Amino acid sequence: MLDIKNLHAGIDGKEILHGLSLKIGTGEVHAIMGPNGSGKSTLANVLAGRPRYEVAAGTVLFEGKDLLAMAPEDRAREGVFLAMQYPVEIPGVNNIYFLKAALNAIRKHRGEEELDAMEFLQLAREKMKLVDLDESFMNRGVNEGFSGGEKKRNEIFQMAVLDPKLAILDETDSGLDIDALRIVANGVNTLRSEKHSVLVITHYQRLLKYLVPDYVHVLADGRIVKSGGKELAEELEQKGYEWIEQEVAAAR
Amino acid sequence: MTVDVQNDIREQAATRFAALGWPTPELEEWKFTNIAPITRIPWRIDEGDARAPQKFGVASMRGRALAELVFANGRLVDINGGARGVEIMPISAAASHPMFERHYARYADYQRHAMTALNTAHAQDGGFIVVGDGVAVDGFIHLLFVGTGDGIWSHPRNLIVVGRHSQVSIVESFVGSGNYFTNAVTEIVAAESAVVDHYRLENEATDAFHVGTVQIHQERSSNVTSRHVALGGNLVRNEVNVALAGEGAALTLDGLFVTSDSQHIDNHTVIDHVKAHCDSLELYKGILDDKSRGVFDGLIIVRPDAQKTNSRQVNRNLILSERAIIDSKPTLEIHNDDVKCSHGSTIGQLDEEALFYLRARGVGEAEARNLLIYGFASEIVDRMRIDAVKETVRTAIGRFRR
Repeated sequence: MLDIKNLHAGIDGKEILHGLSLKIGTGEVHAIMGPNGSGKSTLANVLAGRPRYEVAAGTVLFEGKDLLAMAPEDRAREGVFLAMQYPVEIPGVNNIYFLKAALNAIRKHRGEEELDAMEFLQLAREKMKLVDLDESFMNRGVNEGFSGGEKKRNEIFQMAVLDPKLAILDETDSGLDIDALRIVANGVNTLRSEKHSVLVITHYQRLLKYLVPDYVHVLADGRIVKSGGKELAEELEQKGYEWIEQEVAAAR
Repeated sequence: MTVDVQNDIREQAATRFAALGWPTPELEEWKFTNIAPITRIPWRIDEGDARAPQKFGVASMRGRALAELVFANGRLVDINGGARGVEIMPISAAASHPMFERHYARYADYQRHAMTALNTAHAQDGGFIVVGDGVAVDGFIHLLFVGTGDGIWSHPRNLIVVGRHSQVSIVESFVGSGNYFTNAVTEIVAAESAVVDHYRLENEATDAFHVGTVQIHQERSSNVTSRHVALGGNLVRNEVNVALAGEGAALTLDGLFVTSDSQHIDNHTVIDHVKAHCDSLELYKGILDDKSRGVFDGLIIVRPDAQKTNSRQVNRNLILSERAIIDSKPTLEIHNDDVKCSHGSTIGQLDEEALFYLRARGVGEAEARNLLIYGFASEIVDRMRIDAVKETVRTAIGRFRR
């Protein structure tokens, strides 16, 4: 589904990813772990097409198409979703109106009928239950006055409504209490299927207890330095990132 | 007031205008707006010969308003509906009304303000609305002014008197087509404990000129909300002057102006805290595109007797083009030390983070921009209390929802 080859990218003229390669197959859940500054968020932002991020070299194919050549909205319409680390508050833009516009843009792209207001509300209500968000959130401004946990749940709610092929979770677990963490994991687990892929980017292992990955990769200094199964996450939790850094240094 | 007295006022006003002349940018109050293009045209009054207005059908709120008065080029063309406890008539028929005699031209100052003098000298028709004491009107009254034809000027004149403990909603709309000039004056008197919800929707034709003056006089414990939407016209200057002349009066003054192409819209407001314990909350938001220019020039005066004044003045502007210009000048003039006053102004562009967020969900760039622009305006629109007005404003700024 996703094929990243030798990706060099950064921001403001500073290269942060130094030749990252990663393949995610359809239906797989991958976790990328790494210390602060290793390039985790840069990877997420480059994949979603956030302005100011520059790609110096490398390719990213999504279902065989050149993802990096697409505008952010086209990536979303093709089926890539980024749950953001810091969801922005947009006062005055109605949460539900915006999400309906987004879903219908995606459906139109897929050649599907647009949903009318009633059909959309029904879908939205169903998905809201999944993340335990109150219906009153529907008619507020996008993330306006939401707590940190509510913002993250709103990201997962949007993901559930938009039904992406590839969901990228950029430190969605950071700052969440255990209940919110379970809700988020549960929301993502509901999406899991042989057709959906998930890339979980996290600093900590705790989310991975509830959202068990098929593969775990360790990112250090802009490259993937170690890959393994879910046990790797536990090993990291016990030994810390220094262990990896020492191993990488020794191999050089 | 006899017709003679009214004619005396006309003559005095004409004399004052002759002495004052057209306002020029040398005057502090007109420093941002040069109306020379208006002064160069030999305007004439529509004597009934101008083409019949075609556009007012769209702007009409007939059926939704309790009563509607329609004026074309300053002349009454339609009046319908009514409200219990409220006298509604064209001001041309009100000269002998005691409230006309008591209030007409007492607040809008034709001695000092040239454009008010010009209006008072040439005053044509307009709405005359008197809400009796203790009357709560459930619904709104619409005054619709249509300008039409090239070279025509009109001087609409309204007087709205709201009695003690009464409540009313009034909507003024300005639309039209052609290169005409509207110079309107509205006086609003809110008696003790009166509640007034006032709207002024300026959506004149692209080539039209518009100068508007709204003069609000508030007595003890009155509560006035006045909302000013300015969207249309080539060269526009809207002036709102409010006197908080009784203790405990409260004012909410909202403004939304949207400019594009080479439009110029000047919003000039003066809130005069004359008496103690009055509140004023002012919020004007501007959206400026292309090579248009907007002005917010707001003055709050707190008089020596106005202790415990609570006043907040905010102007926020969204600039969509590198060539657009905003002049923002919030000003406080405080003459006693027992007050709580704040003012501020911001000028910004669309939030790139917000734009990315919307796009990353699949919303196209143009629509995402429009959602954000619309979201900026919605703070003003959402708190309007009349659905027909909200819809009109939303439709008028609908190009941001395409």
